[in-house]
Amino acid sequence: MNSANTMTQVIPQAADYVRILPEIVLAVFGMIVMVLDPLMDERRSQKVLGAVALAGSLAALVATLFQSQYPGLGFWNMVRVDSFSVFFHFLVAAVTAVVILTSYDYMEVQGIRAGEYYALVLFGALGMSLMSSAVELVLIFIALEISSISTYILAGFRRRAAISSESSVKYFLLGSFATAFFLYGVALMFGATGSTSITVIGDALRSGHIPILAYVGVALMFVGLGFKVAAAPFHVWTPDVYEGAPAPVVGFMSTAPKAAVFAVLLRIMFQADAPGRVWLIWVVAALSMTLGNIGALVQDNVKRLLAYSSIAHAGYLLVAFAALPNNGIPAAMFYTASYAAMNVGAFAVISHIGGKGERYVTLEDYEGLGRRSPLLAAILTIFLLSLIGIPITGGFFAKFYVFSAALQANLVGLVIIGVLNSAVASYYYLRLIVVMYMREAREDVPVSPIPVGLGMALAISLVATIYLGVLPGRVLDYAARTAAEWAR
Amino acid sequence: MSTALDNSMLTLVTFIPLAGALLLLLFPRRDRDIRLFALVVSLLDFVLSLHLPVHFQRGQPGFQYEVNSQWISNPNIHYHMGVDGVSMWLVVLTTFLTPLCVLISWKSIHERVKEFFILLLVLQTALIGVFVALDLFLFYFFWEATLIPMALLIGIYGHERRVYAAVKFFLYTMVASMFMLAAILWLYAKTGTFDFVGIQTAIRSGQVENFASAAPWLFLGFFIAFAVKVPVFPFHTWLPDAHVEAPTAGSVLLAGVLLKMGTYGMLRFNLGLFPEQSRSNASWIMVLALIGIVYGALVAMVQPNMKKLIAYSSISHLGFVVLGIFSFTQAGLDGATFVMLAHGVSTGALFMLAGILYERRHTYEIAEFGGLATPMPVYATFFLFIVLASVGLPLLNGFIGEFLVLSGAFRDRAVYGILGATGVIWSACYLLWMYQRVFYGKVTHQINLSLPDLSGRERAALWPAAAVALVMGVAPLLWLNAIDPAVQTVLAPFSQLASKVAGR
Repeated sequence: MNSANTMTQVIPQAADYVRILPEIVLAVFGMIVMVLDPLMDERRSQKVLGAVALAGSLAALVATLFQSQYPGLGFWNMVRVDSFSVFFHFLVAAVTAVVILTSYDYMEVQGIRAGEYYALVLFGALGMSLMSSAVELVLIFIALEISSISTYILAGFRRRAAISSESSVKYFLLGSFATAFFLYGVALMFGATGSTSITVIGDALRSGHIPILAYVGVALMFVGLGFKVAAAPFHVWTPDVYEGAPAPVVGFMSTAPKAAVFAVLLRIMFQADAPGRVWLIWVVAALSMTLGNIGALVQDNVKRLLAYSSIAHAGYLLVAFAALPNNGIPAAMFYTASYAAMNVGAFAVISHIGGKGERYVTLEDYEGLGRRSPLLAAILTIFLLSLIGIPITGGFFAKFYVFSAALQANLVGLVIIGVLNSAVASYYYLRLIVVMYMREAREDVPVSPIPVGLGMALAISLVATIYLGVLPGRVLDYAARTAAEWAR
Repeated sequence: MSTALDNSMLTLVTFIPLAGALLLLLFPRRDRDIRLFALVVSLLDFVLSLHLPVHFQRGQPGFQYEVNSQWISNPNIHYHMGVDGVSMWLVVLTTFLTPLCVLISWKSIHERVKEFFILLLVLQTALIGVFVALDLFLFYFFWEATLIPMALLIGIYGHERRVYAAVKFFLYTMVASMFMLAAILWLYAKTGTFDFVGIQTAIRSGQVENFASAAPWLFLGFFIAFAVKVPVFPFHTWLPDAHVEAPTAGSVLLAGVLLKMGTYGMLRFNLGLFPEQSRSNASWIMVLALIGIVYGALVAMVQPNMKKLIAYSSISHLGFVVLGIFSFTQAGLDGATFVMLAHGVSTGALFMLAGILYERRHTYEIAEFGGLATPMPVYATFFLFIVLASVGLPLLNGFIGEFLVLSGAFRDRAVYGILGATGVIWSACYLLWMYQRVFYGKVTHQINLSLPDLSGRERAALWPAAAVALVMGVAPLLWLNAIDPAVQTVLAPFSQLASKVAGR
């Protein structure tokens, strides 16, 4: 189907639906969960609904694989299936599956009974998937809202804890503010170029004259998206929200929506050729890395510590955005994937150790974990080493590609800031490892054995982390295809 | 011998301990079985590693037992391993010391036994990997990989201030190796390869752009990482802490092998990649080495703690190695390599001996002992033998290396040789004085009278070390005839350099 035809068609074709097949699958499974929930016995429903949701995320994976055979535009050029969107669809679906597996036992331990939890996870995943394939700013906005609203609610799911409601409200208020910025940016961009389609905007901006309105539009959109990925100086909400939200949800919202927003950013920055990209990114990346790492140094709460670490990682990732497209894009995509693998895994461990009511989340509670639960401690150690960026973990190559892409773009200053930051960061991750292995066990912190669901979640994220660290070639090559496709 | 075996030998020797560690993961927590299994694995690895010197083509320069295959295409990383005369003996030193470490930890480690031996075996793989890797990325990976098990060994199984020592050790060496990583990445960016030989050829043929202006910084980047590891004065402060707090096996591998990673790195990378910069920086490096020799010895002299004394003696001895390397003479480099091996054997043994005493009395304070020769005659004999080897008594291993280093240093500049030679005297002073205070005279503490002498297991750990110390002293050529061609290869650009300077 060529694009000239689609403009005139009023009724979507079958091919159009294939372009949004994973989204359809997620929506259907989400609705099944909603419908089943009131019909089922309260005690049994959790397991069944969880299984349905898991099946939904796996079906979305299959749908993505199927869809990848039919690349192209759909729905009047609003959706584009290319290797880029397939990459992020796959990532979001995989993270969703891991999060559902983690939640499986978490919900039971916390005594949270709510079928809509799984439905919201699926709807959120829907929004995130759509963000990566949408090539039209208004559709991107709608997708962003679907994803955001689901995560606002998910953040408040520990209803008995005041801190969780606080987290939810804070996230909601600041988040709506940020989306407003994004929408305003879209409007200005439309004013500057006369279109909301990424490719048309790109052509208009490349054609020569760049109106000042376009700069303002990009800046405002960046404010909105910067908030979503927790990049400094729009990061202030992160520690509070992460501290209050349920741990599996934090694992979810620190990886999947971020990946999706980075996908949007990649499209806007590279495919639409946003003006003023390098310096905007330079400043924000340097700030995020530095503020994130400095903030993390003094944290005693593990969730807050990882919140600051996620700010810093957003900074490392943004470094790739300042590089040239042909190696910046694959580097950013690789980083997103490996960050998702290690962070969702780390939060899976944290959600288990937290116990009922998430009581055990301070560094003190991790003392002697190496003795109480050697397996959990060893797994968490691997994730932490990957977050530091030690070789044979995904985190190492992620940083390697990002920094070498930046070096090839001659951003030596930014790389130096990045490398110094990684050195500082190793301190607080190591602190957690030291606490786990080198302090005496505290008897009053019980660790229950690893349940099946969590075991599978950990196994998946562990395998992914190590795979990306030992054989990064295939994933990187796949990501590199995007740059080639976009350059055409 | 079949070439297939030759080709896979380095991979086998490197990864057998790791495979053993993975198998140990599945073991039930029966401490005795775990110890036995670790011993069997490390002995097997030692026997296999003997294949290397037995089938080594002596007199032939270049790397042997090479394997080279693509690992990752972007970045261009190869699984490239190989040994020359220098690294081969360091590999054998590692495999030789590990079974002794297992034996010496038999009883002293009684908690979390499984984790201990897993860490020990993982550490062994990483150490061997450092010596056999010929791809800079692979080298860096193994280099960093030694950090984690070593830091955990110190931090979990060490003495009172173990956490402090482990963190200090980790941060010191980690930060220093960042500089090396930066230098490696620069080289990769300019040459498109991590391959040691490839980069060497590119540099020598002048194909690397901007090399002249970057080389001094690259040299320093590598040097700082290695200098902290050796440790060269003034980067040494992590070492006494790490040694005093480490469990015995940790100290043995730390002093015996880990420190040699630094001097090996200097020999291989600083000299191999940057001959001109090595030449121009040699004077201040040699001064630092001399300060290390004398300072280490003087501080060792006044230590009340036996283990700290041995730790400072390591700083002094490793000063000899650095002195020998940067003398750029055949004798100096031969000697430096020989001191690395000899120091590994004799200081490893000294730490084992100190550990044996600690197991009995739970203290390293020299003042707590005295007259030990009466209750523990066999122990005293072993101790004396190793002390004499360490002091550099002719016919024992310490002598050969130090003699060669000093003769090399003399040839370079006489005053270096003279100052270095005082180090030999100092080492006799502090070691023999320590020996006198611990073993001679009357038994000053009643409790020492009832100390049991060496057990069969402890003798089994000490005999090999003592025997090797003797053989190395009597027949050094067994080692040197493999080391010599390797050293000549390293030195080849230096003689060209010298003739170029002379011709001008």
